[in-house]
Amino acid sequence: MRKLAGILSALLVGAFTSANADYALNMREGVTSTSQSVYDLHMIIFWVCCVIGVVVFGAMIYSIINHRKSKGAVAAQFHESTTMEILWTVVPIVILVSMAIPATSTLLAMEDTSDADMTVKVTGIQWKWKYDYVDGDASGISMISSLDAKHNEARLLGADADLSQFGDNYLMEVDNPLVIPTGKKVRFLLTAADVIHSWWVPDLGWKKDAIPGFVNEAWTKVDEPGVYRGKCAELCGKDHGFMPIVVVAKAPEDYAKWVAEQKSVAEAAAASADREWTKDELLAKGEQVYNTNCAACHQANGKGVPPAFPALAGSAIANGDAAAHISLVLDGKAGTAMAAYRNLLNDADLAAVISYERNAWGNSAGIVQPAAIKAAR
Amino acid sequence: MAHTGDHYYVPHGSHWPIVASVALTIGVVGAANWFNGNASGQMLLLLGLALVAFMMFGWFGTVINESLKGMYNEQVDRSFRQGMMWFIFSEVMFFAAFFGALFYARVLSVPWLMGADFSTHEYLWKGFGEAWPTNGPGNVGGDFQNMGAWGIPAINTLLLLTSGVTITLSHWALKANDQKNTVLWLAATVALGATFLGFQVYEYVHAYHELNLTLGSGIYGSTFFMLTGFHGMHVTIGTIMLLVITLRAAKGHFSPDHHFAFEGVAWYWHFVDVVWLGLFIFVYVI
Amino acid sequence: MSTATATHDEHHDHGPAKGLMRWVTTTNHKDIGTLYLLFALVMFFIGGAMAMVIRAELFQPGMQVVDPQFFNSMTTVHALVMIFGAVMPAFTGLANWLIPMMIGAPDMALPRMNNFSFWILPFAFSLLLSTFFMNGGGPAGGWTIYPPLSLQMGDGFPFMIFAIHLAGISSIMGSINIVVTILNMRAPGMTLMKMPLFVWTWLITAYLLIATMPVLAGAVTMLLTDKFAGTSFFSAAGGGDPVMYQHIFWFFGHPEVYILILPAFGIVSAIVPTFARKPLFGYSSMVYATASIAFLSFIVWAHHMFTVGMPVVGELFFMYATMMIAVPTGVKVFNWVSTMWKGSMTFETPMLFAVGFIIMFTIGGFSGLMLAIAPADFQYHDTYFVVAHFHYVLVTGAVYSIMAAAYYWLPKWTGNMYDEKLGKMHFWISTVSVNVLFFPQHFLGLAGMPRRIPDYSVQFTDWNVISSIGGFVFGASQLMFAYLVYKTIRGGEKATDQVWEGAHGLEWTLPSPPPYHSFTEAPEVK
Ligand code: HEA
Ligand code: HEA
Ligand code: HEC
Ligand code: CUA
Ligand SMILES: [Cu+2]
Repeated sequence: MRKLAGILSALLVGAFTSANADYALNMREGVTSTSQSVYDLHMIIFWVCCVIGVVVFGAMIYSIINHRKSKGAVAAQFHESTTMEILWTVVPIVILVSMAIPATSTLLAMEDTSDADMTVKVTGIQWKWKYDYVDGDASGISMISSLDAKHNEARLLGADADLSQFGDNYLMEVDNPLVIPTGKKVRFLLTAADVIHSWWVPDLGWKKDAIPGFVNEAWTKVDEPGVYRGKCAELCGKDHGFMPIVVVAKAPEDYAKWVAEQKSVAEAAAASADREWTKDELLAKGEQVYNTNCAACHQANGKGVPPAFPALAGSAIANGDAAAHISLVLDGKAGTAMAAYRNLLNDADLAAVISYERNAWGNSAGIVQPAAIKAAR
Repeated sequence: MAHTGDHYYVPHGSHWPIVASVALTIGVVGAANWFNGNASGQMLLLLGLALVAFMMFGWFGTVINESLKGMYNEQVDRSFRQGMMWFIFSEVMFFAAFFGALFYARVLSVPWLMGADFSTHEYLWKGFGEAWPTNGPGNVGGDFQNMGAWGIPAINTLLLLTSGVTITLSHWALKANDQKNTVLWLAATVALGATFLGFQVYEYVHAYHELNLTLGSGIYGSTFFMLTGFHGMHVTIGTIMLLVITLRAAKGHFSPDHHFAFEGVAWYWHFVDVVWLGLFIFVYVI
Repeated sequence: MSTATATHDEHHDHGPAKGLMRWVTTTNHKDIGTLYLLFALVMFFIGGAMAMVIRAELFQPGMQVVDPQFFNSMTTVHALVMIFGAVMPAFTGLANWLIPMMIGAPDMALPRMNNFSFWILPFAFSLLLSTFFMNGGGPAGGWTIYPPLSLQMGDGFPFMIFAIHLAGISSIMGSINIVVTILNMRAPGMTLMKMPLFVWTWLITAYLLIATMPVLAGAVTMLLTDKFAGTSFFSAAGGGDPVMYQHIFWFFGHPEVYILILPAFGIVSAIVPTFARKPLFGYSSMVYATASIAFLSFIVWAHHMFTVGMPVVGELFFMYATMMIAVPTGVKVFNWVSTMWKGSMTFETPMLFAVGFIIMFTIGGFSGLMLAIAPADFQYHDTYFVVAHFHYVLVTGAVYSIMAAAYYWLPKWTGNMYDEKLGKMHFWISTVSVNVLFFPQHFLGLAGMPRRIPDYSVQFTDWNVISSIGGFVFGASQLMFAYLVYKTIRGGEKATDQVWEGAHGLEWTLPSPPPYHSFTEAPEVK
């Protein structure tokens, strides 16, 4: 028994000290006016519930202490009072109405996406996010944002992982964060490629589902530059827990710099799609694309997780006709987790990843040029 | 203890329920295997269905026997009636789910896809502008023609409405202790039900072969076939039940004031009838 | 109403048949009630064992115990087993045992169908659990089985769907039986407004079940055809909508949560007056409140879907309607407190659980009300705040009421008193640990921990450790309950007919244990 207690307390102490322990108790106030009014609403309801709780439980506890048989209490026999019944119907209604009023105005403000300064389209994909800047200076910038490779490695290690290296942000780091300017109303268009996801950054004050085939709208306006983290909030399969979101809010000048940078990168990529690639180039690029986009299911070693996710090593498609392989990746396979990558990856990336799949893990089926993808679209 | 009519009959243990559970389980295991593409599934499903049929014969046979022996007093009869009523109500709610899907698609999701919800249309389905009937922006299942209301469906409506009349005539005859007409009108009801089903089979063949309208024809095909299909299944069951009570009426099982089975089937038939009217209006006409 | 007395066919005496076949073929409401209760207990342990796997994985950040897919199926099946396998059958078992005795009937109205309702269940849950051994594993899309995710399941998919169909058939038949029994089998003089509240709440629950289980059946049938028959109910490309599934599911799902709590209200309304030795305060308002809750439960479903992107008028409507439910529920809480007020209370184990219920259910109700505020729900939704909310209403609500009922009526059922000391110990250990288990989950949710994740950021460690420890203690303390039940069945101090000094109602006029057929002659009801 004592030994058990020893182990338990060791565990407890260990757990508390291993991390930057913070016993967070309450909702975060966040960094937008929306998150602030949601926080205020939350506190109002909370205190109302507390007061009602004190009254109800107070009466009950008083009664429990004083009206017990062991204290010689004799039971009264009353069992009705219309006045009381009316009272405790009307009073809660009044309380509820007074809570509904601020809730309504907050809700209306949150749902008003008009007059936005810029628009970002967010697409949820098992298990990563794609961001497309639809308009404004950044128009045309597009990126896929997935769990940072180091974190991914650590979580696959299981019990052997050393999580202390990540500080507080274990599982909350991505390769390509979403970058937005401060002081601007950013409209989000949310959708999904496969299953339902939900885009949530607590500091912005809301979450909204990303539904395949439909587009939802939301907005935010962040005033302070900073890094804000969140997670996918709708169960979306195996790696739902590993689908973080990082938003970096930059002051307008820094944002403009970032946009310019991205544009030149994008231009280079576009140009490269038009030229002939060497095999080595394709395979090197392909491995990288594969590891961020495909390895979650088909695994880095190409062995997949049968029967849910087929092996690509030795697969008939990856060793057979290139056209069939291309069309499968472009259009996915309806009704399975295999999403259509047509709108998710560009020609060069697709050519690279397909070439990689056809040549890695003992496969040997030749390469595919970006031009072939363009033709197949 | 005597079994006179003034005691509530509580039966002895019965093995029919466990047979029923096993039969259902075999049936669904079969169906599931079949869906998964295992050839053995169909056989198992058939075995399950056969067992269900066997169980029904046995179970209902027992109940009929007890009823004929006069073991059921008025209160037992009332239990059966109320049980049947609530069962029918549960069936109504089952159909409500599918009607709900139909209304949701027509009033909300299809208009959204078409542009009532600006962003969805703008960013995902720009070319889509097809109102009901539709197989969706993906043109799922390929072009099709929808099923008109005023051919077979209208005839079928008349058939079912008429059958509602004939079964009532039969009931009146039964109450008047006129066995010959009871059986006659019942037989007419069975015939109408069977004709309805025949037409529906014809309609389905027509849809699949000439209209390219299938279960896979997007939301229109889905709601059309699921609603009319489940209804057809209920008509089939109803017709079988009618056939059974026709035979029982011919054997003289029913008396003017003791004929729960007859009434239960009649209610069920009216329910099937009413669902059809809903179908006719919302699936075919509007 | 004609007299409600029983008769049997000739070859039949009064005792039960012998051996195993007695239980397989029985048509007796007490036998069937016992079967239901034992089944529920077994399922509670199976579902609880899965919860222990969840809590073990969440004990520390990092993946230690199971892989993510299996974790998701633990979450999913834990919920399905607890709701459809443990709590609902437990309530149905109580209904079977108690309703005929409470209304002075010889048995349930449709005894053979009663047997059928029960015996489908073991088959249904065997099917559900068998999916773990199939290609692709058990269901892992959450108990709400939202498409398109749920359509990605492997070979087990149709088995899971059919298991739900079978469980649904069982519930519908069970409910029809209960409605008919209550409406048709009452002893002369037992008018509706004299019925014990347990009977009333079950009557209304049964209506909810008959109205909503078929809708669930429809929803999962559409899933089945979307996967196997090419329909497009839940696919935008074909003109359908994944969100449509959610509407249909929650049209069932929200009334379902009241199905899980209304009988609990009935139980507490039976126990509190007994141990306060004072009649229930506001009987008729309790009846009307129950009916109002049931009515409202049909028009609030989309509060589970505030974040799916409904038109804003829809969000407002569902927010207002949901908030309204606090009013009739409040009436109930106030009535219980008023019943205790100026009573002469003692605190045997059933009363402890009932008082625990009132306090902790109300806490769960408060968090429910917070969730109902749509803009705030945009933050709470799909976090551990929601998990905390529904475990307060389900575990310290529904499960606590079942525990209370078990302690309250065990002496009547078995004829033996349970071990009061052990019972009280069970209560106190459970109550302390259950709060250690679920209260910190509020904090986790508010701090931003999503639900249904197998691994989490380091900042959430501390409360998860505490919650897991609470979970293990709470789980272990349930073993005491199982032992206590076993011990009471085996023997103990003999119980009197009335058992509790303050108990009123027909069931307490029967001997303990009651005869195989409760009321062969209808009792007199004044
Ligand atoms: C027994 C089951 C049960 C019960 C009784 C309730 C009761 C309530 N629930 Fe809960 N709920 C669930 C089970 C239950 N719930 C489950 C399982 C889920 C999650 C499903 C899933 O996603 O998996 C859920 C989720 C859930 C959500 C969705 C959250 C989300 O996913 O974002 C919401 C939102 O409105 C909600 C609200 C409520 C409300 C308002 C009540 C009310 O009925 C509560 C009323 C009671 C009180 C308020 C306390 C007593 C009243 C007074 C003392 C009177 C005075 C009080 C005031 C005026 C404040 N519940
Ligand atoms: C009536 C319903 C009910 C009940 C009783 C419970 C009981 C418990 N639940 Fe659960 N739960 C749900 C309904 C219920 N739950 C639902 C609907 C969900 C949502 C699912 C979804 O997201 O889809 C959920 C989800 C859920 C989660 C979130 C999972 C996630 O989001 O990933 C967690 C996590 O802590 C949890 C924990 C527990 C615990 C610790 C108990 C405990 O109370 C259990 C205690 C009982 C036992 C432990 C069994 C008895 C003892 C033994 C088996 C002996 C062995 C014991 C030891 C070795 C210690 N439940
Ligand atoms: C979310 C999981 C997931 C991701 C991510 C994923 N796939 Fe797949 N993939 C699947 C599934 C499931 C199938 C099997 C489909 C079926 O049932 O035929 C599949 C099948 C395939 C096949 C056919 C294999 C065969 O032999 O049948 C190829 C090729 C393929 N995927 C390529 C890719 C590429 C390239 C990527 C990344 C750009 C990728 N996949 C990302 C889940 C995924
Ligand atoms: Cu994406 Cu969860
Ligand atoms: Cu709800």
